Amino acid sequence: MTVAARVDSGRSRPFVRAMRNRAGDVALAVSSGAAILLVLMILAVILGDVVIHGGRRLSLSFFFTAPTEGMTQGGIFPALFGTLAMVLLMTVAVVPVGVATAVYLHEYAPARSLLTRAVRIAVSNLAGVPSIVFGLFGLGFFIQFVGVGLDKIFHGGERVWGQPALVWAALTMAVLTLPVVIVATEEALRAVPRELREASLALGATQFQTVYKVVLPQAVPGILTGTILAISRGAGEVAPILFTGVAYFLPHLPDSLHQQFMHLGNHIYVLSTQSPDVDATKPLLYATVLVLLIVTFVLNLAAVVVRARMRRRLAGVGA
Amino acid sequence: MTMTASAHGPELTMKLTVRDLEVFYGSKRGLAPVTLDLPEKNVTALIGPSGCGKSTFLRSLNRMNELIAGCKVKGDVRLDDEPIYGPGIDPVVVRRRIGMVFQRSNPFPKSIFENVAYGLRIGGINDRGEIAERVERALSHAALWEEVKDRLQENALSLSGGQQQRLCIARALAVEPEVLLMDEPASALDPIATAHIEELIDDLSKNYTVVIVTHNMQQAARVSDWTAFFYMGELVEYDRTNIIFTKPSKPKTEDYITGRFG
Amino acid sequence: MSLREHTNREYEGELRKLRDQLLRMGAKVEEIISGSIKALLERDTDLATRMIAFDRRINQMEVDIDGLCLSILARRQPVASDLRFITMALKLVTDLERIGDLGVNISERVVELNAEPPLKPYVDLPNMANEVQGMLREALDAFVAGDPERAHAVIERDTNIDAYYSQIFRELLTYMMEDAHNIFRATRLQSIAKYLERIGDHATNVAEMVVFMVKGMDIRHTGKLEGETARGG
Repeated sequence: MTVAARVDSGRSRPFVRAMRNRAGDVALAVSSGAAILLVLMILAVILGDVVIHGGRRLSLSFFFTAPTEGMTQGGIFPALFGTLAMVLLMTVAVVPVGVATAVYLHEYAPARSLLTRAVRIAVSNLAGVPSIVFGLFGLGFFIQFVGVGLDKIFHGGERVWGQPALVWAALTMAVLTLPVVIVATEEALRAVPRELREASLALGATQFQTVYKVVLPQAVPGILTGTILAISRGAGEVAPILFTGVAYFLPHLPDSLHQQFMHLGNHIYVLSTQSPDVDATKPLLYATVLVLLIVTFVLNLAAVVVRARMRRRLAGVGA
Repeated sequence: MTMTASAHGPELTMKLTVRDLEVFYGSKRGLAPVTLDLPEKNVTALIGPSGCGKSTFLRSLNRMNELIAGCKVKGDVRLDDEPIYGPGIDPVVVRRRIGMVFQRSNPFPKSIFENVAYGLRIGGINDRGEIAERVERALSHAALWEEVKDRLQENALSLSGGQQQRLCIARALAVEPEVLLMDEPASALDPIATAHIEELIDDLSKNYTVVIVTHNMQQAARVSDWTAFFYMGELVEYDRTNIIFTKPSKPKTEDYITGRFG
Repeated sequence: MSLREHTNREYEGELRKLRDQLLRMGAKVEEIISGSIKALLERDTDLATRMIAFDRRINQMEVDIDGLCLSILARRQPVASDLRFITMALKLVTDLERIGDLGVNISERVVELNAEPPLKPYVDLPNMANEVQGMLREALDAFVAGDPERAHAVIERDTNIDAYYSQIFRELLTYMMEDAHNIFRATRLQSIAKYLERIGDHATNVAEMVVFMVKGMDIRHTGKLEGETARGG
């Protein structure tokens, strides 16, 4: 073999290998691109359908008036109000409990103890329970046990608390979203580097001071994210509140905790199945769906943005 | 060779006395019984190859070892003749008198001022004037005041690596401990920042008793008055730095510092 | 000196090289002395001239070894036994260079002496020379072996050298007083004896440095090993 030929044959082999690698790269790029396109298309179809049919009905009055004429006219204000009120109550209930549980599990509980393992198992199982079961739980526990009990003590048997109500729906939703908050908080706590805890303890801080002054402040983005995700779920889930507080239609807004309320998600169900004139309510239906989607989307976006901004702040970039 | 007070000479007071200190992680022994005295306002360096027990020993001095699950400590450690281990002795109080600086600087993601003030606030000091004064003093002692006095409200993480480490030192000093433990304080820094830290250690030793773990032998030689050589969980030799680095008594010490192993 | 090798082979190699160069310089210096004495006893001017030429070699070796030591100090930051070895090597080199100079000086006197007939049969001078050469050889061997006992033995022998010198000086004095024509040769011989005595001193220095290097004890100016009681005088 001449020198040139020997050189050539050596050079061609790596060239062929590179080609085969490139083929793999290309195949992966193509298939994942196709998958993304598919997902985007589905999303576009859904959104497109909703936006086209519902966008026209969106207006300020839509948001701020009640449904009229058997739900074929008017707006969704009571449903919006009810959703907001319930979500607010739910948040107030779930965040302290969830954060405290996560803090206990991560900062205080000895790693291998029976109690710790039991609590963790309970939390993960809770996350898998179907939401309708939560509704039944809410009915059986909050309404028929706690509510009725309260009535016996404070109202002499008169039915005030022992019936579907805003507060019971909120508490039921709180139980449902508890795992979300716990897991998000624990993840946030885990992300706080061990060195910071050590630094605090080495300065003579107690465990409580360390958690309260160093760990929790750093974990706030994660906790906020978890809270927002919980809210997002709360605004959308319908099954748990079916038995515990939501009403098909109320002529007035609830003005106390033991009253029922209307809910966006439930309203969609109502509009699509319970109305006397399906065709007339269709535009309202689409518009309500659009509002719900927007709310969910905005909440998720808010979660992402909050997390990003707080992360940047804690990392020292910007003021 | 004795490593206790009598060997040091009568003119030195011992700040920390350690007798038969043994440390176990679960069933595994991390430190064989160690007996040694640390002289007041001197710098003692702990050297030895990885896993030799020097960090374990250091962290036993301020009860930070207890944070590791399954860690058991036997033996007696006294600060100014008061035991720091024992039922009813609060590690929180111990750690206020024996401070620690870590290998990688770990400032809190708060402002420079708040970092240094942290130890004061958790200690119950609330007077703004006092806090401000002690923060300034601590930052001066850590040779950082001039560089940050005009930007105390800026986030601590905006400082350079060397400055952050000095901030951590200031943070520890603000509590006014008597002993300062340093676990490889300069190992993550560039040579110039390291030189600043070393000069700072020299300054600090006028007012504090310093114990420093380092894997850099030249640093130990430059910075310390006394050197303790650990190997495989045992204290092999402890003497004045001058002697350890010119004519050590134990062949293992000689082999290690000349680079014949490890 | 530890018998274990350095983890860093290059460092180990540099230390070995330093040792070798020191020993070669020692050997060269020994050669100069024995050659010069031989030139004296056999009245061999050629040999003496050759010895004088070795001066340049010795100076070059000193420069080379100094350079090597400096490089090791800068790059390796030696400690403990290595540090003692390097710092002593620097001083050893000075002593060896001086010994070399003195050997050359002997040859220069030999050349002058050979211009005239011999003054007397040489008895004490060769004995003194043997003793001194023996001391130097022992000191260098002690360095090679890292043996402080042998080194210490060399230090003890220095008193013999002083005795030799006194005796030779007294004898030459009588020759000078006898006849003025003897003065030229006698003073040259006395110089040679003086050079030998100084070589003995330098050999003693070498021995003291060996003790320091091995044991870490500075016995210069005291001449005592650990555990010895002071001797009178």
